[in-house]
Amino acid sequence: MTDMNDNRLSSAKQLETLRKTILSKRDAEKPIITVCTGTACQAYGSLEIYRRFVEELERQGVEGSVLETKSTGCHGFCEQGPVVVIFPREICYVRVQLDDVPEIVSTTVAGGDVIERLVYRDPNTQEAIPKESDIPFYKRQMRLVFGNNRYIDPREIDDYIALGGYAALSKALLRMTPGEVLEEIKESNLRGRGGGGFPAGLKWETTRDASTGSKYVIVNCDEGDPGAYMDRAIMEGNPHAVLEGLVIGAYAIGSHDGFVYVRQEYPIAYENTMNAIDQARDYGLLGSDILGSGFDFEVVVHRGAGAFVSGESTALMSAIEGKVGEPRMKYIRTAVSGVKGMPTCLNNVETWANVPLIIERGAGWFKSIGTEGSKGTKIFSLVGKVNNTGLVEVPMGMTLRQLIYDIGGGIPQGKKFKAVQTGGPSGGVLPEQYLDTPIDFDELTGLGSMMGSGGMVVMDEDTCMVDTARYFVSFCCDESCGQCIPCREGLRTLRDILTDICEGKGKGGDIEAIEDIAEVMEDASLCALGGTAANPVLTTLKYFRDEYEAHIKENRCPAEACKALTSYYVDPAKCSACMICLRACPTEAIHGEKGIVHWIDQEKCIKCTTCYEVCPTRFSAVRRLSGEPLPPPPAPGTKVTREKKR
Amino acid sequence: MTITLQIDGKEVKAESGVTVLEAARQAGVHIPTLCEHDRLMPYGVCRICCVEVEKKGRKRIVVSCGYPVENGLVVTTRSPRIDRIRKVLIELVAPTAMADGLLAGEMKKIATEYGADIHRFESRFTGKPIRCILCGKCVRYCDEVVGKQAIGFVGRGVDRRAVFFPEQARACLTCEACFNLCPTGKIAADTDFVVFDGFSVDDYSSGEL
Repeated sequence: MTDMNDNRLSSAKQLETLRKTILSKRDAEKPIITVCTGTACQAYGSLEIYRRFVEELERQGVEGSVLETKSTGCHGFCEQGPVVVIFPREICYVRVQLDDVPEIVSTTVAGGDVIERLVYRDPNTQEAIPKESDIPFYKRQMRLVFGNNRYIDPREIDDYIALGGYAALSKALLRMTPGEVLEEIKESNLRGRGGGGFPAGLKWETTRDASTGSKYVIVNCDEGDPGAYMDRAIMEGNPHAVLEGLVIGAYAIGSHDGFVYVRQEYPIAYENTMNAIDQARDYGLLGSDILGSGFDFEVVVHRGAGAFVSGESTALMSAIEGKVGEPRMKYIRTAVSGVKGMPTCLNNVETWANVPLIIERGAGWFKSIGTEGSKGTKIFSLVGKVNNTGLVEVPMGMTLRQLIYDIGGGIPQGKKFKAVQTGGPSGGVLPEQYLDTPIDFDELTGLGSMMGSGGMVVMDEDTCMVDTARYFVSFCCDESCGQCIPCREGLRTLRDILTDICEGKGKGGDIEAIEDIAEVMEDASLCALGGTAANPVLTTLKYFRDEYEAHIKENRCPAEACKALTSYYVDPAKCSACMICLRACPTEAIHGEKGIVHWIDQEKCIKCTTCYEVCPTRFSAVRRLSGEPLPPPPAPGTKVTREKKR
Repeated sequence: MTITLQIDGKEVKAESGVTVLEAARQAGVHIPTLCEHDRLMPYGVCRICCVEVEKKGRKRIVVSCGYPVENGLVVTTRSPRIDRIRKVLIELVAPTAMADGLLAGEMKKIATEYGADIHRFESRFTGKPIRCILCGKCVRYCDEVVGKQAIGFVGRGVDRRAVFFPEQARACLTCEACFNLCPTGKIAADTDFVVFDGFSVDDYSSGEL
């Protein structure tokens, strides 16, 4: 046993002792400064802010008064980044700039006072809300899986253990049989968070019962839906939660080898996972005889090569085998014959991260959250035309309206809600009349959309639904593997028809052709990508058929968004000749001068919408016209006639 | 082990482990295919051989070249739904597959049998008519039977192509094993003493394909 290092934990007691030791070194009264360095905040320069805090504490000679300065994973409120939270008072500063750091150190850290200017303000009431958990965006969430991100430096296993991390693993390995662990997960009715919503326990059981010999467990972190990044935030911000779930699952299934498949585009997730594996191994939480239980488990990280389709389970397994990441027929399930023909259990990041919670707190607790058919919480990435973009975790059963309005803060600039796309390119759009639908795997599927992995793109009245369908179909044209005819040729033809419709070249019979193609894609595609790729088209057609018809029959885009069908026009009766649009126009298409009504040269106009956006709302002189004839431009030199407000 | 299943209303016996397609052939039931070949592993990408199977009262569409037979399985090889899938698949792939406005061989037969309008989507087609349906028979035969990898796939999605790799293709003109496999006749037609002229990996890289 000479190669054993000193840090290895070989009993539940040793883990608990370690946790107490970590906590005893921490003075709970002293402030901890946490800087969100999730990908979104990093893009705003939060790493620099973190470094400045370290320097500034030293410069002001107050580093001794602070317990720690931490760079954490994503907190979720990406709209307001970079986010800095100072514990234990949980003072939350939003949109922090580098120059704010000295003041935060002197006033808040050393002085104990809140800086009003940096505090989140409710946009409706203007009330300043200094405490993070009081902010409406967070207040209405239930952050079971995602909530620890803000306390943890993802590169420090001790942070995870201090919060009770790996206690569930200890319980499972040392106090439960594999069968009891499996029963607990089955009983909890945990359903796969990656898209399909298949019961995780059943999948585990199939793999366990498949055959003797080698079995594999896999973490699928190949998230690639446009606008979705919840798995990324967990893998980057709390990798140990996923690893802990994976080891527990492996124990239940009887697997000793696992893979974490991380997509190429997630370098921080890769680094943090690699680091977490090293640290877990060092503590004996991975490797042989984990926690003295006699159970052995090793895990290998596999980096993807940047293909959306590789998130499909058979494709992902091919990639792990070193082959091209393309789906294959799976009439024999991967739970029975997966990697190298061996039984393989694949679950998504969020699914694995739920496992320690269920083991620790019990299936009964988990089942107390959510709806009849969908238990627990779900993380969504709330993006698009919504005030509070970011990652939100809510109990299943919350309605779309609560999510978009109460947490998301509604639609910006007083625009009208039009639709929400759930489930990414495999999902569909849901219109306003379904806003009170509870979030639930089966409810969403019943409406023609799906839960998917949790992408949620909100669209306002300026979004064209035909163009939205075209966007998702184009995405899949590039991201499909291209093997089977229905998916490859179906997508190509759908894209070409939808592009034509958006450009005013739609024809009678197009809608029927779209429906024909979509049905064949659904029935005959090789994998779920092709089988669901027409959903955005089918749902937009189902709920916004009139928009398709307006494009085809009237050459009109009701959202005034499709360039080929929309013209920009300055209303001479409203124009104040303020020169703003004229100066902003990138192609110098707007003519006029001070006091002289402006007009747009349609030949030069590239329909970039700049004039429409910059025209002051008190004038609202720039209009978009679609499907109606463009009025002639004013006679040259027409003077402003707009009446001044009295 | 011999099992019993039903194909188009007929009781059929088959060895367990064979596919529905094989069982149907043994029973004299014809199912059209484009990417299947008896010396190659099931690939399941043309989807033409799809059939309806019913098990425990649940109906689903599967491709017969990959679906293993099961005791008591009820298979339907022709139905309005199946016929429509085959028709639309041919219509969708026709613009890519055609040479001089026509389909050849097995594709032409299927198009006629299922009443496919091969020009239905022609006016919409913005891709390149590459006279290839990516059935992969050439690629797989070269790999699995000949033991070379002179042809392979490159690209993804709508840009997927079968190309040959010049470095690997020296023996091609004496081999010619793939020539007669090609359902569109592209390989034979494009190989005029110069191996696969016009669809090498170099053409793909230069954006010609």
